[in-house]
Amino acid sequence: MNAIAVNSLAKRFDDMQAVADVSFDVSPGELFGFLGPNGAGKTTTINMLIGLARPDAGTIRIGGIDCTTNPKAAQHLIGVVPDESNLYPELSGVDNLCFCAALYGMGKAERCARAAELLETFGLAKAAGRRFGGYSKGMKRKLTIAAGIIHRPPVLFLDEPTTGIDVASARQIRQILDDLHRQGTTIFLTTHYIEEAERLCDRIAFVVAGKIVASDTVEHLIQPIQDRHVVQIAFANGGTGLAAQLAEAFAGLSFQMLSQGLVRVEAAAPVPVGPLVRFLEEHGAEVKEARRMRPSLEDVFVTITGIEANAMAREKENTGAGGMP
Amino acid sequence: MKTAVAFWAIVAKDMRTYYLKPPNISWGLIFPLAWTGMFFIRSGAGLESILALLPGVVAISILFGTTSMLAVTVTFEKKNRSFERLLLAPLPLELLMLAKTGGAIFFGMVNALVPVIMAAFLIDLSRAVWVAFLPAIVLIAVASTFMGLFIAVAVSEIFEAQTFSNFFRFPMIFLCGLFFPIAKLPVFLQPISHALPLTYGVDILRWGFEGGSRLPLALDFAALIAFCLVLFTLSLRNISRRWIG
Repeated sequence: MNAIAVNSLAKRFDDMQAVADVSFDVSPGELFGFLGPNGAGKTTTINMLIGLARPDAGTIRIGGIDCTTNPKAAQHLIGVVPDESNLYPELSGVDNLCFCAALYGMGKAERCARAAELLETFGLAKAAGRRFGGYSKGMKRKLTIAAGIIHRPPVLFLDEPTTGIDVASARQIRQILDDLHRQGTTIFLTTHYIEEAERLCDRIAFVVAGKIVASDTVEHLIQPIQDRHVVQIAFANGGTGLAAQLAEAFAGLSFQMLSQGLVRVEAAAPVPVGPLVRFLEEHGAEVKEARRMRPSLEDVFVTITGIEANAMAREKENTGAGGMP
Repeated sequence: MKTAVAFWAIVAKDMRTYYLKPPNISWGLIFPLAWTGMFFIRSGAGLESILALLPGVVAISILFGTTSMLAVTVTFEKKNRSFERLLLAPLPLELLMLAKTGGAIFFGMVNALVPVIMAAFLIDLSRAVWVAFLPAIVLIAVASTFMGLFIAVAVSEIFEAQTFSNFFRFPMIFLCGLFFPIAKLPVFLQPISHALPLTYGVDILRWGFEGGSRLPLALDFAALIAFCLVLFTLSLRNISRRWIG
């Protein structure tokens, strides 16, 4: 039995189809990544799965329970960490955790012990008595995750858990997710950080414009481009028409200027780095570095969706979140 | 058992966070006092008029005590998204909202007792029919709270909750028979009076304190219960439609 089973899910807001015919399964204990740019339908999908939005069509089963029409039916099985912290600003850290535990029916002794344990795990023990409203962004995020797992849910939904927080907190959160995953918790993770998804997830679905365009393990997703050879060359003093000159001189290789002074070379066979460097230097460029690139999930994402990964990061920068911490 | 733990946790949190805060407690004391004083000045009568004023002051104290806080807190929690925490709890929506309104109902009932306790020091209340008074304040508190909930669910900003509350509250004070007997209101306003829950609550309280009611008591109680059911059902439907869209 799948921990999460979604079939033909759809949701429309006015004239915008936010989610269209989305289907996927998540096995028990699996860490499943839902990856896509802003507005792809990630949050709408997660909201339908947790019961904060009603699907227009399709079915949702969590832990074998059909919660399509009755989202309350499986809410005791799930923990939720939303994209923005939603705890009570006027309550202290420990009171927030104890309150969230009580919502799941945990007795007083049990919830106090569990809250203390989680505050220790997340490095928040010293701030336990402080008002949540006065926490830093990273601390808020960590306490929100702690609140999401206070009742030890077998299925955990996380919406962009590391967006907009400091590097140390993001690293700690990724470690905690990894630990939860190893302990057998099923995790559904939405993120726009491709590297994060690649590092953490067992399987990934790419979602664009409300549709899943690819879904598989990281290894299987990368397989089609495994045999491609990629070299990135960084140089100074290159002219603007260099990419065209390179393409003319080296038939069979494809060139893409990533930025001023950075060219990406792709080929089905190993790239002849020496002749390329010599050609660039003969044309007045000063080569700083030539690096063979391992095919990454980012390449797969770009190939499948046509969306540049750094465009997703830019979107987040525009919303103040920045790149992957 | 688990449901009871969750239910009580919500009520206790709201009581601690909102209703038992010193400013709110002082509001609960000052407000009925101010209303009593205002009615006295207006009537120019002596202590014997307290009995006639008491039903109105009790009703208004409950109305303002319940609606002021609830409409604002629910809107506030919806806006900062902490209300989502409650919606995600494995608790039926009906129970969840009963828990959420429990604090306001309790606060409204306590507010109702303040003018009664003050009156007890000044006049003889031994003739009051407490069997009618107690269920009446419970029903007025529940109906007023559910009206506050209905308002909170209908708006999205805190200032809208305040404005919208007054839109209902002030006409209700003037039309429910507190200032003017309903029979003396213009004919076209009288049906509106009968569409207001406070009209029936005040009528029961009058019977409880003065021994006479305008309408049959059974009708007053039935009308208040009907208002409670309709307002709660409409609020739940709106939450389901607007917040779990």
